[in-house]
Amino acid sequence: MPVLLVVGFIAFALSDFVGDPVLLYLGQDQTQEQREALIRQLGRDRPIFVRYADYVWGVLHGDFGISYAAREPVGQLLMQYLPATLELAGIASALAVAVGVPMGVYTAIHRNTLLSRVFMIGSLIGVSLPTFMLGMLLILVFSVWLGWLPSFGRETVLSPVLPAVTLAMFQMTMIMRLVRAEMLEILRAEYIRFARARGLSDRAIHFSHALKNTLVPVMTIIALQFGGIVAFSLVTETVFEWPGLGRLLVKSVASADGPVMSAYLLLTALLFVTINLVVDLLYFAIDPRLRLPRGGA
Amino acid sequence: MRDWLDSDAVHGFRTSPIAVLSCLLLWLLIGGAVLAPWIAPQNPFDLGRVSLMDSSQPPMSPAADGDRTYFLGTDQQGRDMLSAILYGLRVSLLVGGLAVAFAVVVGVTIGLVSGYVGGFVDLVLMRIADVQLTFPAVLTALLVDGSIRAALPRSVHDSLQLHVVVFSIGISLWPSLARTVRGSTMVERGKDYVLAARVIGVPSWRVALTHVLPNVVGPVMVIATLGLGMAILAEATLSFLGVGLPASRPSLGTLIKYGGDYLYSGSWWMAAFPGLALMLLVLAINLLGDWLRDALTPGLR
Repeated sequence: MPVLLVVGFIAFALSDFVGDPVLLYLGQDQTQEQREALIRQLGRDRPIFVRYADYVWGVLHGDFGISYAAREPVGQLLMQYLPATLELAGIASALAVAVGVPMGVYTAIHRNTLLSRVFMIGSLIGVSLPTFMLGMLLILVFSVWLGWLPSFGRETVLSPVLPAVTLAMFQMTMIMRLVRAEMLEILRAEYIRFARARGLSDRAIHFSHALKNTLVPVMTIIALQFGGIVAFSLVTETVFEWPGLGRLLVKSVASADGPVMSAYLLLTALLFVTINLVVDLLYFAIDPRLRLPRGGA
Repeated sequence: MRDWLDSDAVHGFRTSPIAVLSCLLLWLLIGGAVLAPWIAPQNPFDLGRVSLMDSSQPPMSPAADGDRTYFLGTDQQGRDMLSAILYGLRVSLLVGGLAVAFAVVVGVTIGLVSGYVGGFVDLVLMRIADVQLTFPAVLTALLVDGSIRAALPRSVHDSLQLHVVVFSIGISLWPSLARTVRGSTMVERGKDYVLAARVIGVPSWRVALTHVLPNVVGPVMVIATLGLGMAILAEATLSFLGVGLPASRPSLGTLIKYGGDYLYSGSWWMAAFPGLALMLLVLAINLLGDWLRDALTPGLR
């Protein structure tokens, strides 16, 4: 909650002070009288606290003001760009988990095979390669040289492939390294040795004993890294001309569009807070040890 | 000097091939950047020396007048890529270094104050750091950059663009520094020697500066080194997004951005070589930072 309040105030400041709405409505040839009349009409001569309350009230009702660049209500703009970003982030996260977790398990169980080494070196490159470089590399190889996949836009079924891979790469390497480290830790634990002594199959030990216990830290990282997905989606969407929120934000920064910037800020803050809450709740579902004893204990 | 050469840190450095290699690579890149005006084959900003006859030449192609070879090719205006990269390294390192220096000053000051004064001040400052840490650094830098861009008139802004970018990136990096310094300060504050200094009446700002500060230098150096890598990447990202430095002073990120526009025509070298330089630079800094962390702050591992 305090996060949202602070962010709310910054967002208000952005939307109130960044850019000039009067210039937007009147254009360059404005007289002083016109200017003052409009300032009164827009309520911008009122005290700052009143304007803040007004802004918060508006936001709670889905009114984020009007974009200076697009001259449309910001709420509409967001709704228009949001689906593309959600689609991309969803595919990327799913990809990162679907590839990262098995890779982590594999490198933990078969530590010294050639494939494991390839994965580990690949992950080092994945971490140090800037997102936009990776995107351009993929475009060069798969669109320009091989001509297999589209490199920009969101028109065809294959369009999300390259952007999603680009966006997923960093998360994927993080997840892989984390799963590997956690698995190695857990495989040394007492109860794993006990399970082996009982004669359980490797398969049962690796998947139902070891992997299950790596899930809590892995989930935390996935949730915390969601911020990374948001930040990198700015870059990825720019590289691939993907019509999402990230591109909207970059454009509004370039054109000093305060209301759009503040709405984006609020939206991401809300997302972070919600995700943290959901993760906290999921902990209890996954790990019974965290559950508090109920009733008169 | 002898003591220093025999010390643990130096021994650890000499026996770690990764540390030596990354340090060498880093010095090579920094050297290339600093000496660019003297060692670059061409001044990429001197339009008299740049020939449009040589535009978009692939790597290893000879110049039109035949007196030299473009080892890394040329861009669409006939600029030698190698020279452009050396000059770009200069800009990237300058912005990254200044941003980190700014972040260190702000972060260490806030951390010292927060940890030493404690109470309400500490609560407020750390809350701000918490909120900022929720957002990725690049996003913060972008929003700060955007707000300043909007607040300043265009003519003023263009001349201040370097400062604006340095400020935006520096601001996005201070919380992690402040937190570490605060933590170490709180530990040191309770120790006997600090208590003794206070008892004999040393003013608290002097205790903080002369007694507490030297004890937090290790972690600060580690975070600053890793922060340099982040700052350079952040600058490249901002420039790539088109809200960083002006095109008249291209950093590596700007070179990559403009090179990317020619990707579709198959001129891969215009983006690939600046990208490679950026990657090597950041990789060297990160490896060195990792090594520093292990060597200087065993507790942080």
